[in-house]
Amino acid sequence: MPAVKKHRIVDSITRESIMSNLANSTRLDKRGLLDYRNIEIETNILKDKTNGSARVRIGESEVWAGVKVETAHPFPDTPAEGVMTCNAEMLPISSQYIEPGPPDENTIELSRVSDRGIRESGMINIKELCIKEGELVYSVYIDVAVINEDGNLFDAVSYAGTTALLMADMNKFTIEDDKVKILDERQPLPIKSLPVSTTFAKIGDKIIIDPNADEQEMATARLTLVTDENGKYVSAQKGKPGGFTFDELKEISVISKEKGEEIRAKIRKAVDSGS
Amino acid sequence: MSKNNIERISGRAPDELRNVSIKAGVIKNADGSALIEFGKNKIMAAVFGPKEVHPKHMMVSDRAIIKCRYHMMPFSTDTRKRPNISRREIEISKVIREALQPAIIMEDYPRTAIEIYIEILQSDGGSRCAAINAASTALADAGINMRDLVTACAAGKVNGQVVLDVDDTEDKTGEADMPIALLPNTGLITLFQLDGNLSKEEFDEALELAKTGCDKLYKLQRDALSEKYFDNKNGKTEE
Repeated sequence: MPAVKKHRIVDSITRESIMSNLANSTRLDKRGLLDYRNIEIETNILKDKTNGSARVRIGESEVWAGVKVETAHPFPDTPAEGVMTCNAEMLPISSQYIEPGPPDENTIELSRVSDRGIRESGMINIKELCIKEGELVYSVYIDVAVINEDGNLFDAVSYAGTTALLMADMNKFTIEDDKVKILDERQPLPIKSLPVSTTFAKIGDKIIIDPNADEQEMATARLTLVTDENGKYVSAQKGKPGGFTFDELKEISVISKEKGEEIRAKIRKAVDSGS
Repeated sequence: MSKNNIERISGRAPDELRNVSIKAGVIKNADGSALIEFGKNKIMAAVFGPKEVHPKHMMVSDRAIIKCRYHMMPFSTDTRKRPNISRREIEISKVIREALQPAIIMEDYPRTAIEIYIEILQSDGGSRCAAINAASTALADAGINMRDLVTACAAGKVNGQVVLDVDDTEDKTGEADMPIALLPNTGLITLFQLDGNLSKEEFDEALELAKTGCDKLYKLQRDALSEKYFDNKNGKTEE
């Protein structure tokens, strides 16, 4: 039941500059309220051991993702479905505020929200991960490491996880005389869609997109909204102890779709040039 | 409401809540408490405080800190839940705390802790919303200074139709679930989650529908409190 005490400290000069900039609808780093920082997406950064990998930088925030595909027994209640999990880890190298040890509630939230975005969008068709019903399925593990923390990790982890998944492949297999044979030949994962996460923060009465670490600390409320390419909303999570009005939520839902489209194109481009 | 009124599994109308009853002041040792029965959910919330902070380094000099624990009993689910605190419970504890915190005037209680314990004794769909309704009633029962009550309700999509208050069976087959918590008098949404698949129209419709559910629950919360404090079963507070 931890009420987290170790907060990032934003000095009052920075606070005041952020506020006075916001009053003029600009940001301390010269961005507009609804501009993302520079997003860099690289693929195949960990070729030797992973089945797919990606590095994403949003401004100074940097995360690395690796996908491992392994065979496993299916869960008894879903004998014909494979398994997909997405997990995020805050490494102690990422910030002076992060300590080694079991994940705290913020890390658990980050992990679960990024998992939910991928899961609820049906990005992977888990039925096609089934090798032999009730006996053998593919387990897809997406692990994301936070290397440097400068806000908006929800989006960074999501982009890295989805990009690594798009790059990932698994072994082909055949079933002969009821016996499973895993072949050396590889095939891509059964990908159905590409969910894109967008994160908003509220400081005072201003809504901004892609908050950096200082802005995120000052924000009273945060909202992550995930859309798929059909323009459907697949997942959302409000965070921080504040709130949004109905009108703000509706406004955010419109912007989220537009920004999602732009970022989806970026991810696709990175994947196309990487594979 | 949608034109195609498909029958719900429970036989409810699309904008109909499950049966809800809230009772305030059910635990004698707590400073404030509430029991909510929300469909099959049976949830108790107890509030202790303002009290001394443990461990001391968590203390904040100009306001109270809020601690919140959402906990499911092993017998509350279909198959026994392992008693260890799960990642799901940690996340829900966090979002519930963040949903309640804006309503609490924390500056009135410097250097103290307000502890909120939520025990799920029997679970159904929408337990986090039910828990928020109970916890906010318990906070008011504890006499904590508040800006507003916090009320919560979910809307979702089942069989292509936007419906209010998705229960367990509907959640398993349904396409979307969107729980929200609302400060009804300020119009602030303090919990917002979504999983599933909603178009823009359905998103807006679900949002409006969840708001109507919150309004109904707000009345039930006030009724529960006035029943305890004004001995008035009609829930008419003297204003």
